[in-house]
Amino acid sequence: MKAYLDLEAIGIVFPTARGPFRALQDINLKVNQGEFISLIGHSGCGKSTVLNIVAGLLDATEGLCLLKDKEVKGPGPDRAVVFQNHSLLPWLTVYQNVRLGVDKVMADKPKTERHDWVLHNLKLVHMEHAAEKRPGEISGGMKQRVGIARALAMQPDVLLMDEPFGALDALTRAHLQDSVMEIQAELGNTVLMITHDVDEAVLLSDRIVMMTNGPAATIGEILAVDLPRPRDRLQLAHEPRYHALRSQVLEFLYNRQMRPKEAA
Amino acid sequence: MHAQIIPIDGVVRDAPPASPAPAAPAGPAVAHEPAPAAPKRQPNRERNRRVALTLLLPMLTFLGVLALWSGLRATVAPELPTPTETWDHARTVLADPFYENGPNDMGIGWQLLYSLARVAAGFGLAALVGIPLGFLMGRSANMQRAFEPLIQILRPVSPLAWLPIGLLVFKAVDPSAIFVIFITCIWPMILNTAAGVKAIPQDYLNVAAVLKLGRVEMMRRILFPATLPYVVTGMRLSLGVAWMVIVAAEMLTGGIGIGFWVWDEWNNLYVPSIILAIVLIGGVGIALDLIMGAIQSRLDYTKR
Repeated sequence: MKAYLDLEAIGIVFPTARGPFRALQDINLKVNQGEFISLIGHSGCGKSTVLNIVAGLLDATEGLCLLKDKEVKGPGPDRAVVFQNHSLLPWLTVYQNVRLGVDKVMADKPKTERHDWVLHNLKLVHMEHAAEKRPGEISGGMKQRVGIARALAMQPDVLLMDEPFGALDALTRAHLQDSVMEIQAELGNTVLMITHDVDEAVLLSDRIVMMTNGPAATIGEILAVDLPRPRDRLQLAHEPRYHALRSQVLEFLYNRQMRPKEAA
Repeated sequence: MHAQIIPIDGVVRDAPPASPAPAAPAGPAVAHEPAPAAPKRQPNRERNRRVALTLLLPMLTFLGVLALWSGLRATVAPELPTPTETWDHARTVLADPFYENGPNDMGIGWQLLYSLARVAAGFGLAALVGIPLGFLMGRSANMQRAFEPLIQILRPVSPLAWLPIGLLVFKAVDPSAIFVIFITCIWPMILNTAAGVKAIPQDYLNVAAVLKLGRVEMMRRILFPATLPYVVTGMRLSLGVAWMVIVAAEMLTGGIGIGFWVWDEWNNLYVPSIILAIVLIGGVGIALDLIMGAIQSRLDYTKR
């Protein structure tokens, strides 16, 4: 089967003052349409670099990134990004922030349709009540919801999320994770998410891509999460399979990647 | 099951209380805790005291200045007018600020307006040139390299040093004074605009990149609004200095204007006018700064 999103032997070398630095090496990943993939690894392992390459914000020095059989060249709204720190434009209202992307992607559609589409997406993340607020007037969790709405509203082929819940408190994070699961179940988005949270990865993903430590980080292992959907975090807590998957990820991260020398 | 919980709960939990949302300042939340009536009156009295002191202490300072002035006049500087003389003179001058007895004898209001018009012209021209140049320097490292040394050399020079050049080139006093104000205003405008462009967070540029905004849209939707607070700060700074410089420039160029009015009155040895002018120039300066400050806080999205 042909992959929807295909990373082939991706590598990247950054020039630095002390000579070239190899951040990524030989990343191979095939993502199917509608799949939810998490990239997990210790900080500094280059997971965000992978995401930025797919987003087109960085150019890989080696390898190929194909989306629907076409090479990814530069950024574009077909690969919308939910940034870690929401990146809403503070001078625009919530509505205008989402509208900015919609105007770009749906330029050929009439204004009323674009307006309705913005509201529809704000409703999806339960933020329609704050449409006229500015980012400075809403909480961190609400900002991230708007960031997700902005990305969803672009109807991207792949939704890229860079530690989308990293800056949020635990309760807010749980609610947003549930919202994302719900939305993904409804829309069937293909999602590539960066995380360093094991529970989040197991809860949300179809597959977890575990990365080795840098420099020259690569994919260590890929774990298929065969938990049935819809998933409920409270029920999963009593599910042996959930704990088994969870400990597999922990095992990888803490036994094999924390002390790479001993493991080898 | 989720579907029932999340829409209600998810929104509620995200709502301001727990988070540091700037819309809900910390003040009232703290005030709620020591609730009863007695402590609630305390802050009120405290506030009244502060307001009273804010009004009273400056008045004391002004009185002190008046006392010092009278003292100086009584001892070392008998040429100074008394405060009462000055006050009487101020009332006659301000009673008819817009009289016109030919081009050499016009009311104080006209003098101030002529000066303000020169400042406005120089300031406006500087904005037209300085802001775009600042944008270019902020966006392009090569533009920065090309212009930075020139600006750094010229910036510390008193703008009045340019007056002879202005007179030479324009062969008229009015454009020369405007030219001096232009020079005064342009450096802070360029440097602040460039700093603002460089301070734009990479996140906003990434957003623009993902949206594939074109050059014009990028300018209109991202660069310009993100930089605007810095631009206005530069304008505010330069306007303040421009108002100081115009007085000196007009002393040299002559014509109608508050600067030359001061010089003229000095030549007439009429000191009460000079003291009045100092106070008026200060007042106009405050007004200009307040206006710019109001514009600034209106445009500064970080303060909302």
